Amino acid sequence: MALNAQTIEQVRDLGKYKYGFETEIEMETAPKGLSEDTVRFISAKKNEPEWMLEWRLRAYRHWLTMKTPEWAHVHYPPIDFQDSYYYAAPKSDDDRPKSLDEVDPKLLETYKKLGIPLEEQKFLAGVAVDAVFDSVSVTTTYKKQLEDQGIIFCSISEALQTHPELVRQYIGSVVPYTDNFYATLNSAVFSDGSFVYIPKGVRCPMELSTYFRINARDTGQFERTLIIADEGSYVSYLEGCTAPQRDENQLHAAVVELVTHDDAEIKYSTVQNWYPGDEDGKGGIYNFVTKRGACRGRNSKISWTQVETGSAITWKYPSCILQGDNSVGEFYSVAITNNAQQADTGTKMIHLGKNTSSRIISKGISAGKAEQTYRGLVRIGPRATGARNYTQCDSLLIGDKCGAHTVPYIESRNRTARVEHEATTSKISDDQLFYCRQRGIGAEDAVALIVNGFCRDVLQHLPMEFAVEAQKLVGISLEGSVG
Amino acid sequence: MSVQTLPDDASRQFLAPYAELKPALPGADSDWLANLRDDGADAFRQRGFPGSKVEDWRYTSLAPLTKSAFDWREPEATLDAEQLPALVFGREASCRLVLVNGRLSRDLSAVAGLPDGATLMGFAEAADQSPDLLREALGGESVLADQPLAALNTAFMADGFVLHLADGVVLEQPVEILSVGTGGKQPPLYHPRNLIVAGADSRATVIEHHVGLCIGAYFANVVTEIVAGERSIVRHCKVQDESREAFHIAATNVHVGRDAMLDSFVFAVGGHLSRNEIRVKLAAPGAHCRLHGAYLMRGTQHCDNTTIIDHAAPETNSHELYKGVLDDEASGVFQGKIVVRPDSQKIDGHQMNRALLLSDKAQINSKPELMIYADDVKCSHGATAGELDDEALFYLRSRGVPEAQARRLLVEAFLNEAIDGIALAGMRMPLEQAVARWMSGAAR
Repeated sequence: MALNAQTIEQVRDLGKYKYGFETEIEMETAPKGLSEDTVRFISAKKNEPEWMLEWRLRAYRHWLTMKTPEWAHVHYPPIDFQDSYYYAAPKSDDDRPKSLDEVDPKLLETYKKLGIPLEEQKFLAGVAVDAVFDSVSVTTTYKKQLEDQGIIFCSISEALQTHPELVRQYIGSVVPYTDNFYATLNSAVFSDGSFVYIPKGVRCPMELSTYFRINARDTGQFERTLIIADEGSYVSYLEGCTAPQRDENQLHAAVVELVTHDDAEIKYSTVQNWYPGDEDGKGGIYNFVTKRGACRGRNSKISWTQVETGSAITWKYPSCILQGDNSVGEFYSVAITNNAQQADTGTKMIHLGKNTSSRIISKGISAGKAEQTYRGLVRIGPRATGARNYTQCDSLLIGDKCGAHTVPYIESRNRTARVEHEATTSKISDDQLFYCRQRGIGAEDAVALIVNGFCRDVLQHLPMEFAVEAQKLVGISLEGSVG
Repeated sequence: MSVQTLPDDASRQFLAPYAELKPALPGADSDWLANLRDDGADAFRQRGFPGSKVEDWRYTSLAPLTKSAFDWREPEATLDAEQLPALVFGREASCRLVLVNGRLSRDLSAVAGLPDGATLMGFAEAADQSPDLLREALGGESVLADQPLAALNTAFMADGFVLHLADGVVLEQPVEILSVGTGGKQPPLYHPRNLIVAGADSRATVIEHHVGLCIGAYFANVVTEIVAGERSIVRHCKVQDESREAFHIAATNVHVGRDAMLDSFVFAVGGHLSRNEIRVKLAAPGAHCRLHGAYLMRGTQHCDNTTIIDHAAPETNSHELYKGVLDDEASGVFQGKIVVRPDSQKIDGHQMNRALLLSDKAQINSKPELMIYADDVKCSHGATAGELDDEALFYLRSRGVPEAQARRLLVEAFLNEAIDGIALAGMRMPLEQAVARWMSGAAR
């Protein structure tokens, strides 16, 4: 049982969250608590058009009538929504930096610690970063090059100033403000997020990316992202995040809306590594996210890829509404929960158009005392002739105190549709471990190797920039879980 | 227990006759049974009929049932002995109990050739003659906890069958229970309560056959409890062929002991609204269960198959396969849950549900579910839905098989995977015939 001793040691070492640090920057915050005034404050602060404020207020009033959802397989103490700040912006908001040189050096320092080489990005992989530091976008690079192609890539507050008609047309069209408790809350108080519009026939020349970070204490971040791909366009969007260590739970309730028109494609990739709390589940982020894409046009495609390793609680179902004929929805997911983490995640594929197809590959790894649930829905509407779905969800259990659950819902109302679902749950096979060990690979490395193999089908769908990071994350997330 | 407000009118209506009927129900003079009934009534009073917000019932609406008016008085049995042979499924069984509208008919029943140590009788008889036998095994707590309709049954249970096997008793021949619904001027309502207690090392095969002798409506609210003792083997084969207007809601709760085995097969073709819920608790190491099922629905029929397999002990196995064929505007539901409790290591659990949709308006809702709290397990589930394979159809057509026949062949082949699994050889042929009959459109 030398392995066990080793495990205990490693678990002890794990206490320190690798990305746990906090930058001291003066914040301009809204008064604590949530009321119509808070909503008005946020809207005024951002100088939003009147209709936006009205929309926020409608959402807020609707939110008052809603109850916290309790159907998910996660447990947490009730959240006091009045004990939180709903708006925080770096002090330098009023005179926005015009270039990298003007950016607060402390921010740049933070990014450096996070491993984002902002200055070097011009030479690296063609990634333009719309970095969100808490609530306000601080800097946007490569804007010029994108502008030349007619691509709009900016913060949603900026889009509200420069392209209000586009925002008005699409916001809330995929996730209406009445959708669910957290999406409604987000609609009322969303702080900022990204806005992307790809014009007809344009293939976005680079991966668009946003790095998120929650920084100020007790500031829930309500990010709102809206991506529109017009006819025949293509964009790949990357989202990744890490957060500093803190004790109090932080609420992160984001909404992401994607719209694809005829022949357009959006590829949306996420690496989520918010602070997961300590070994006993103290602290950590509550990640309650609503992500949904609408394939409005014929032959359009939306592909979600996610690697979820962080957060104390994850509650997230990136979904596709396949309205256009021949449209395609994809969902590739790796979710890793360790220690006391809880995750209830999955997807919804709603087939409405003819010959629509969807593919779901979900890999869940549960270790320590973690609880993980795959919850998915595949619905074939009566008019979705020739629809096709394939779902595979596998769970891997590491340790005898964790749980892995699979709850798929399959509803078919069309004879010609073909729906297939497969799910397995097992532990790492002793044979595989033994094979690695007897070739001199350490237990920890062997598990990382086997788990990476287990996740391969998903990881290979990540863009290059993320794939490498994700593979390392898989290893790091499971450190100390071998026994 | 305190008086609680009822959730809705329908629930109140169904419970209304309880006070009046109670003194006349079997075993009214034994306290524990009267208390059990009260607990059942209380449990139902608290829960009421489950609505669509109740996760277990999200795909099955009881609205058509709760809107109907039923005659809860003692139904009159109107069945002649001549009608019997036409109803009997498969070969002549030497040992058969006949229940008419939920009441045992001694005249029509024949109990012969049972070995010593085997007891087969009606529930009402058992309540009178051997209450201890009932007391031992009746009404597990789970029945009352979260199965409202089973709780309703517990309040009103009047008759049914009881099979008791002493340790080591082996039944060579299957026991057949024929439950006939005759309908009536006002649709009758009955709550049969069945109990199978198999002692250690015993073996039995029970065929539970529900058939409708009318085209009218009635409501059979069945509860069957099975206790399989150590190393016993219980085979339970259920055929649900109720009338096309009937409501059939059944719960089968099974407790499987050490190294014991449950082999269950459910065949459903009848009923307007039917639900068959099986809950298996694999309670000790070595317990094993196999659940197979086939359902064929057409018209506006609705059939719900819900199973919960609880691996409550290490080294337990389960294997499940359900296949359904849905035509016209029929709807099917499959909800299968496999639970592996903490510390239940060395588990094998496999589950598969396949549904075939034959028409544009048919629909299937599947919800296979795994809840795993131990790590040394191998669990899987699968679910598919689709139509007949075009290529297979083309292959047969290209070889001169007429389309209708080709379709029939393919549907039969599809269902055979489930039917082939029946260990009871004598049942296979009649079931295959029933499938063929269904395919040719005869409602029976």
